[in-house]
Parts: sequence; structure tokens; C-alpha cells
Amino acid sequence: MSLLTRRLAFLPWLPAYVAVYFLFLYLPILLIPIFSFNNAATTTFPLAGFTTKWYGTLAGNGAMLEAARNSLVVGVCVALLSTTLGICAARAITRYRFRGQRAAAGLIMAPLFLPEIIVAVSLLMIVLALGLQLSLLTVILGQTVFCVPYAMSVLVSGFEGFDRSLEEASYDLGETALGTFRRVTLPVVAPAIVSSLLVTFTISLDEFILAFFLSGTEPTLPVYIWGQLRFAAKLPGVLALGTIMIAASILMLTLAEILRRRAESRTRIALTPT
Amino acid sequence: MADRAMIEIQSVSKYYGIYKALDAVSLSISEGEFFSLLGPSGCGKTTLLRSIAGFETPTEGEILIDGVPSVDLPPNRRPTNMVFQNYAIFPHLDVSENVAYGLKRLRLSAEEERKRVADALDQVRLSGLGKRKAHELSGGQRQRVALARALVMRPKVLLLDEPLSALDKKLREEMQVELRMLQKAVGITFVLVTHDQYEALALSDRIAVMFGGRIAQIATPKEIYQRPRTKKVADFLGGMNFLTAKVLGERDDAVSVDAARFGAVNLDKPQGFAAANGEVTIGIRPERLRLLWDDDRAPHELAGRIENRAYFGEVTHLMIGVDGLEQPLSMVETNNYGADDLPIGAEIRLAYDPDAFVLLAEDPPVSRV
Amino acid sequence: MTAAAFGDIAETPAPFRRGSWMRSEEARGLAMISPTFLYALALLFLPVLIVLAYSFWTQDYLDIDRTFTLENYRQALTEPIYRDLFVRSLWIALAVSIATVVFSYPIAWFISFHGGVHRNLWLFLVTVPCWTSYLLRVMSWKVILGYGGVMNTGLMSLGVIEEPLTSLLYNSNAVVITLVHSWAAFAILPIYVSLQKIDRTLIEAARDLGDSRARAFLRVTLPLSLPGVISAFLIVMIPTVGDFVTPRLVGGKDGVMIATAIQAQFGKAANWPLGAALSVTTMVLVSLAAACVVFALRFAVRRIR
Repeated sequence: MSLLTRRLAFLPWLPAYVAVYFLFLYLPILLIPIFSFNNAATTTFPLAGFTTKWYGTLAGNGAMLEAARNSLVVGVCVALLSTTLGICAARAITRYRFRGQRAAAGLIMAPLFLPEIIVAVSLLMIVLALGLQLSLLTVILGQTVFCVPYAMSVLVSGFEGFDRSLEEASYDLGETALGTFRRVTLPVVAPAIVSSLLVTFTISLDEFILAFFLSGTEPTLPVYIWGQLRFAAKLPGVLALGTIMIAASILMLTLAEILRRRAESRTRIALTPT
Repeated sequence: MADRAMIEIQSVSKYYGIYKALDAVSLSISEGEFFSLLGPSGCGKTTLLRSIAGFETPTEGEILIDGVPSVDLPPNRRPTNMVFQNYAIFPHLDVSENVAYGLKRLRLSAEEERKRVADALDQVRLSGLGKRKAHELSGGQRQRVALARALVMRPKVLLLDEPLSALDKKLREEMQVELRMLQKAVGITFVLVTHDQYEALALSDRIAVMFGGRIAQIATPKEIYQRPRTKKVADFLGGMNFLTAKVLGERDDAVSVDAARFGAVNLDKPQGFAAANGEVTIGIRPERLRLLWDDDRAPHELAGRIENRAYFGEVTHLMIGVDGLEQPLSMVETNNYGADDLPIGAEIRLAYDPDAFVLLAEDPPVSRV
Repeated sequence: MTAAAFGDIAETPAPFRRGSWMRSEEARGLAMISPTFLYALALLFLPVLIVLAYSFWTQDYLDIDRTFTLENYRQALTEPIYRDLFVRSLWIALAVSIATVVFSYPIAWFISFHGGVHRNLWLFLVTVPCWTSYLLRVMSWKVILGYGGVMNTGLMSLGVIEEPLTSLLYNSNAVVITLVHSWAAFAILPIYVSLQKIDRTLIEAARDLGDSRARAFLRVTLPLSLPGVISAFLIVMIPTVGDFVTPRLVGGKDGVMIATAIQAQFGKAANWPLGAALSVTTMVLVSLAAACVVFALRFAVRRIR
């Protein structure tokens, strides 16, 4: 750090600014765990002492467990569906050149640039207009639209390091197109795919607005939490649940990042001659 | 050529939109031959190689591989294998698995497969490295893996796409020797793409020089160096002193020209010779000029003075100004006798051999659309 | 997918003698992207079209009257309550995006220029909070900014204030603070990417030609990172305008934004056409505002040269 401060001598405030910025970023997600272990139903300092009783109340909470199950089902389905769709699109974009490519990619990436409520409302309208029931299925379909852009950005960066000559080498050695995909393409980009699965699962787990509009009578965890927020007495339980969710998210994101980096370095090293 | 043709390329053209990457290229490569495609980048040599491998489909023309019309065959059904420019070593497999990659399709017994992999690794002197991963290999080792992986398939033709360009100079020279020995040992046809004229000269049985999607000349290394057909070929293969000469007379197989201060010179007459307004371009390689010291005498002499010099360790390059010549002559002299000590401005005499002159045809205009 | 589905695109201009279109690069690319594209078409493009259609219809108790009308738009644009909501939503979106970009730029610059070998780790640390539940983070801000919250107790124990501030929570400031936090990584990443793309020798050249560090930054680094700044703006500003959770949890009465009104039309009020018209108007207005911002940014940067 001393080296860094010396190098940044012309901007003495920058390291301090970075520190404050990171405090700003992390304060909210650190407070939730802190208060979840606080032996009081209010969220004020000073802390009233350590307890794990709020976690105990979660175990016997049937509605919460039901919501957790729903979130798990939705998360797994969304991760699989959006990663599959992401693979197709990422491959089409990194491997081929065709007319309409930019337009197609633009539409697929559009949810990133749209107010979520508009996506939610329009999906709600089409579901109801088609006479379908709101269910976990509608949540899955909706969240997939929203997750594909994220899956794609993870996968595109994984596929970009993938050299076309690897596949050509495989054809050249007698392998068919399908065999090449199975024996070369898939293994090389596997870390990116797993990384995409983890990221989209995390997004789905935390996603609220689409779930709120599309879930009907089967709430996911965020929808359940939303319902609890009205009752001040339920807050400690929500904090305990929130802590678990944050821990799960950070765990999965860390895994995803490690895999992504491994994939990157592997393709990079293997393809740089000498 | 008496040998059996392994690859026959019959007026192959490849268009990208209206751009002509290959313009009616025809050539024939014999069985067991080491053949090089030489040219600057963008001349179409890689496109031609990839057409033989099956990664490009020619727009027109036919390619016969061992007598089989192949333009419509996918790469995995051709008896050719390729060493890629960046080697394309599968990063998720170790060395043995890389080499065994293509064998898996042949459904050999485990024993047979292991033996063939071991033999192939032996052949490229990589025995014992079978368990290494791609990123644990040096550049030269990766190149050997790529070679073994292709050779283990026992292809009829091995295609090499600038295989040595990523290596440093010393390693490159070592690998050139090894590649040549390997080709003699396995005895199959090698087709090499390169932009390095020394590599092509050192390795090949025959060389095709390409410019602008067309073949400029096909010949043995010696012939292509000593008897280049056109100015561009001569220039691409090394230094050349170009002179404009007046045609004095021509016979069936020879042309006699007035080469300014070099006097009258008789030259072999190339096919389709035509002199534009009685003038032709002739050339002589720098190393065919020789310094004369003290009392040395030679049948053909010329006086001049040193205008510039560059020291290259074992040789010195000299620029000699000669009265009556527009351009100074470039020559190469070994440093045995003190050519590196001659000052600029020194008056010298040089000897030349009139037989070393070569008559050069004009290059066809390049048009790629 | 078969090529027939793309019949009208199928004519290729190049003189392909062999290798049918099916085998061509173009066909394979289209076939590859089509599942994802069709999915987005069915579940994004089509729904948006339906919203557009609804916005020109009328709610007739439980039925929909499908005669074309602009009544919904008249209502959306002239009723004071909606007009106020639009104006406030746009202001908040603008304030949030400007604040996010301004506060994030130094961080992106720091990571790109001084992150050293740990750049990826820095980036990861920046993104982690943004991936954790949005709802929980908003809730946490409520805890921080509340009357008896962390901020007030902290400031009081430091002796900065005598008694708790009531101005922290339940107003548009709280909404802006919370949203700036939410979008931090979304602004840092694009700016970082465009900073990474800048050839460092360009900056050295500017210094070599006599620019101070600050001038080299203004004349070289900043203009070249403009694409990143613009995408950061768009990626923050457009979604912000339709935010729903933050205003509800920390916005109080004068932090309400248009999304709450839209949601009401699909919930209690059950007037879908009006809700659709409000949605469409939101999109149009925010696109216009975003276009203005992009234009202003380009203009400002051009002036620096």
C-alpha cells in the first residue's frame, strides 16, 4: 500500500476516497448480518448482545420454507434455461458473422436497458391475455428473459478466448461437428458455462420485481420477504434469512469468479505461442 | 514429373465477395515431396493450404488428393492433417491425449493406440512428456505436439501453416533441420506455407512463389533463387541488382543484350520472351560480384568506389558506385580478407561472371477484383 | 431451424458455386442464435407490442374496448398527479445517473490505472454487493437512514448533531442515495472497460507533448472513455426511472415514482390501458432524456479539445 500511495502522490485523496466508497458499498450488506445476531427486535446501536435465536425461528417457519423451495426450483430452472439460451447466442455471436447479428443481439440484451417494471408488466399482460395462470412457471419464463443478457456476457467473455483453430484441428483429425462440440468446445468452455449457471441462479434467487408480478400464489423468497417487511416484529427473522441469502450469493459468485478466471487463463496460456 | 501426383490443384479460384483470394491456381505436388508455398502475407498461400485441408471451399476448380476429387469433402474425411500456425493444442487435454485425439475415432485397441502415441511422441522427441498439459510446454514443444498429433494419423499429406513463425530465430533454425529430417523419415508429402524465403529454400524440394492470388513460379530452390522468372520473384527471394539493358539480338534459345558497363551479355531466353521497346530488365545477385585485391586479375572487371557499407559480422554489405550506372551495385563480401576495413570512398575493382546474369520478365499487373 | 424460415434473407450476393446456403456461415450463425432470439421475441418484443396496443384501448369495467383512442395518453400527460410523477421520476433518474457516474468514475480509473495485478479482484469486490439481493439492500438503507438508525446514532455519538435528523429517510434524497448504491457496479464496469481499452502510450504521448497530468486526463483519457461513460449513463438512468422497490421502502410520500402508479393500474385500480399508456410514456420520456444527456456529454467533451 505504501508503494501505491507513493505512486498516487499527485492524487493524495484518491486512496481515502476509494476506502470511503468501499465502506459505502459494503455497509448495507454488512449491517444485515450484524443485526441478525443482535439480541433485540430493533435495528439500532448499541447492540444488545449476541444471539442466534432469530435463525432458530426460521427453521419452524413453514411459509418461509415453502418460499425457499419455490426459489430453489425457480433458480435452478432459470439458470439452466438462460444458460442454454445464452450458449446458443454467445456462440452465434463469437463464432459467426451474419446479417442482423447486431439487431438480434440488441434485442436479446435489451432487458439490461429496460425498466424492469415494464418488462414485468408486459409479461403479466401477455400471460393473462393468453389466459394462463400465474405460477412458478411464469416466474421462470419471465426471469429467463431477464437473465439471458447476464448469461450472455459471462459466456461471450468465455467463448472469445476460444480459438477457432481448436475446432478446425479437431475436424482435421477426423472428428465430426457433433463430436468436436462434445470433445473440444464443451470441455474448454465448461468453466464459463458453470460460471454462467451460478450467476444466473444468484440473480434469480435475488430477483424481486418479476417474481412479485408473476408469481401468483406461490411466493419466492424475495416476495415472501416483501410481505414480511410490513410487520416490524418480523424484521429480525427477515434479517436472519437475508444473511443466509447474502452468504449464499457471495459464495456462488466467488465460485463463479474463480471458474471464470480459470477458464480465461487456461485458454489464454494455451493459445499464446512460446 | 515422373513421380505420382499426390495433390493436383486444377484452376482453383476463391472469391470473397468480389475479392479474388485465389485466381485460377493450378499445380501438382508429387508423392513424398516437400513442397512450399512462399509469398508475402495476403498472397493467397494460406487460403490455398486451407482449401487442401478442407477449411475453405474453392469457388471454382477442383482439388484431387491422391486422385480423389475433394473439394466437397469435409476436413474430417480427407487424408490430410494440419499443423496450425498457433498449434491449436487442446488446452483441456494433456500431451498424450492431444496426440491420441484423432485415433479415438479409429477405435483401435488400447494397446495399439498407446503404441502409436508413444511412437509418434518418440518421432518428435517428446517421449516422457505425455502427461504434461499444454500450458506447461515451451513453444518448441507445442510445435512438436502439433506435429505428432498430425503424424500419428498417418496422413497422406501433412499441411503446415507457418509452423515456425512463432519461434525465435535459433529454435526456428533447429526446427527447420528437424522438420526436413522428419519428412525424409516418414516419407509422406509435406506442404508448407511460409513467408520466410530462407525457410522455403532450406526445406523444400520445390517452391511455388505466389503473388496476388496467382502463382508466379514453381521450381526447385536452386533454380528459383538463381533463375527467377520475374522481377518480383527475384526481389522476394533475396537481394538483386537490377539493370536495364538494350536487346542486341535474339536467337531461338538466347538473347544477347548490352548491359551498360558490363558489356554485351548472352542470356537464356525465357518462354514467351518479348522486349518492350527493345529494353529488358536483367539482374545479378550481390554475392555473384566479388572484390579484387591488389594484383588479382579477372576476365571481367569493373572499377568503382564504395559509397556505403554495413557490417553484418560474417559478411559486409557494400554499395559500389560505378560511373555510367544509374544505381549503385550492392554486393556481399565475406570478412576474411578485410572487406570490413575498407573505408567509404575507397576505390576498388570488382569481378563478375557474365553467366550469372538473368533475364527477368515483367510481372503481370495485380488485380484482385 | 431450417433455412426456409429465413427465406427472405437467404439470397446471398456472393457467387457461391458450391457449398449451399445451409452450410454457409450465415445460415449456421442464424440457426445458432434463433432459439435465444425467438425466445426474446416471444417474451420481450411481443409483450412490449401488446403493451403498446393496450395503451390505445379503453378499460370498460371487466372488458377491453378495442377502439383506437388517445385518451389514455391525454390522461397520462395532463393529469397533475401523473405529470408530477413523471417529472420527479425523470429528475431522480437523472440525479441518480449523474451521481453514480461521477462517484464511480474515480473508482473505475483507480482500478484500471492503479489496480495492478489485482485488477480482477478489485472488480469482483465492486460487483459483489450489487449481486446480493436488491430488496435486502434497500431494506438495509432503511435501517441506516431511519430515525433511530445507524446514521443518526453514529452522528450523535460523534457529537455532530444533537438529536436525530428526520430528513434522512422517506424523501427523494433517500431514494437517490439508495439507488446510487444499487447501480454502482453497473456504472463502474462499462467505464472500466473503456478505460482498459485506452492505449497507455497515448497518455504518455500527451504528457510528452507538454500536457500536465490533469490536462492529459481531460484531453485524452476522458474523451476516449466517453463510450463507457455513455453506456454507464444509459444502463443506470433508464432502469432507474421505473424503479418500484426503493420509492416504496425509503421514498415516503414525496419519493413516490411513476412505477408505483403503473403498478396500481395493474393491481387495485385495474385499468390496464392507462397502465400501458403510463409505461409507454415512461419509456419515451426516459429515452428522450437519455438522448439529451448523451448529446450533452458528447458536446461537452468535444469542447474540451
